Amino acid sequence: MPERAPDAPGAVVGKLPAEPLLEVSDLRVNYGAVAAVRGVYLSVAAGEVVALLGANGAGKSTLLRTVSGLTRPRAGRILLDGHAIHRLPPARIVRLGVAHCPEGRRVFGTLTVAENLRLGAAARADRAGVAADRDRIYAMFPVLGERMTQPAGTLSGGEQQMLALGRALMARPRVLLLDEPSLGLAPLLVRQIFRTLAELKADGVTMLLVEQNINLALDLADRAYVLRTGEVSLAGSAADLKADYEAVAAAYLGARP
Amino acid sequence: MSLELYITQQIINAISLGSLYALVAIGLSMIFGILRMTNFAHGDMMMVGGYTTLVLQTLGLDFGWAVIVGIALGGLAGVIVERVAYRPVRGAPEVTLLLTSLAVTYILENLGILIFTSSGRNFPLPDWMNSAFQLFDGQITFTQINLLTVGLTAVALGTLGWFVTRTDLGLGMRAAAEDMGAAHLVGLDVNRLIVAAFAIASAFAGLAGILWAAQAGVVEPTMGFTPLLKAFVGAIIGGFGSIAGALLGGYLLGALEVFIVAFLPSEVSPYRDAIVFTLLIAFLLFRPNGVLKRVQEVKL
Repeated sequence: MPERAPDAPGAVVGKLPAEPLLEVSDLRVNYGAVAAVRGVYLSVAAGEVVALLGANGAGKSTLLRTVSGLTRPRAGRILLDGHAIHRLPPARIVRLGVAHCPEGRRVFGTLTVAENLRLGAAARADRAGVAADRDRIYAMFPVLGERMTQPAGTLSGGEQQMLALGRALMARPRVLLLDEPSLGLAPLLVRQIFRTLAELKADGVTMLLVEQNINLALDLADRAYVLRTGEVSLAGSAADLKADYEAVAAAYLGARP
Repeated sequence: MSLELYITQQIINAISLGSLYALVAIGLSMIFGILRMTNFAHGDMMMVGGYTTLVLQTLGLDFGWAVIVGIALGGLAGVIVERVAYRPVRGAPEVTLLLTSLAVTYILENLGILIFTSSGRNFPLPDWMNSAFQLFDGQITFTQINLLTVGLTAVALGTLGWFVTRTDLGLGMRAAAEDMGAAHLVGLDVNRLIVAAFAIASAFAGLAGILWAAQAGVVEPTMGFTPLLKAFVGAIIGGFGSIAGALLGGYLLGALEVFIVAFLPSEVSPYRDAIVFTLLIAFLLFRPNGVLKRVQEVKL
């Protein structure tokens, strides 16, 4: 067990925190014969926002899907607060505190906004807490409150993204997995979503964020990993990576042979 | 006999027959919605319901209780079939699921033949069930069986409507039918949802079997086959996988069958089933999503 890092401000920038809330080690995931994730190590400390960058097909979404139990790893471990979760079914993983806001939003289009949020809390038993969280989400996204009785399929893309985020938050997660929250949204809506994410970060919500928009991701995140063809090609503090854009670009694309 | 009264009588008949199709079609659609599998063994839950009610009545149990136990055992049989036969092959290619459900059908029907022989048995009804109400000097007849069919179907549908809009389990079932992956992600216990879907769908089939037996006066091991095919057509007409669509499709099909016989020349009547299955082909060709057009989203 490593020593706990000192809590002094700025003391652990760019360094692995001592007790990660989420820890992925030597994770390997195959899709059929294709190795999508090839020995990834990463960690997320409580209260930290970690960005996962990389080109299409680098294995980012696969990694998130594996953390939430939708995909089984071929090898490696995923620990949540020190407990192995990589063999548990998705419902158990949600109950242990991992919520996944998936790529493409995946709201339940035939269910109303209110019903979508209700199902987001399906794994919880504390009714009062659920009601309070629901009110908080309506306060966070007033448009959802206005449309609570509408089928989610009738919402705009931006509203559906808010709903998908709200639905994930209804699980009151210890770790929030976000897969491309800006995908397909107009710039104004992207800014609104990321403003909300920044507020959540200020509230202490731990996030693992997959995002194509590097600048947005590095503005929000404390640390970042760049994945290339299923491997971590670069890791560091968000500030360091932002300062060395060329290293990030090289890590994305890889050295040309 | 006036035309209005004749039409009214045919509408009563159509609702009565449509209720049976709707009950079976809803179950087929629920199971398809959540597992993407056509459960051919679904019709055999009708046999379970019918024979249970028959046997319990011959053992001296009151008709009402025999019906309740028949419905419950229909539901239980569905849950057992899911657990024993379908769960082990879940996630297998669709053709595997299809063949499994066909195999289950043959096993259940032959089990029925083994226990009860292949010949039909009279379905006993209490005396009060054999009476009828007559209006307009006998020009309109409601049998007690019609009333029981419509009444029990209404109760079943009302309960289902409440279940799928007001309870977490029901909402979860609709969510899983729409997007199984997202249902996993929000932490729904999908096994529980599937068991619930089989229990409800099969209990509905059990009820339909009892009502079918009451209308026909007999139960036989293969009694579920024809209604299953008809309900399948109804479910397709309404849009396979949608509960509301199956309800609508079941009643539309019931009306169509009754009206073909009632209003078309008698030479056409023998072709009733041919017309129905032609309609199925037409829907599959031109409107595969049914009359209630359901947007099919591309999912990962």
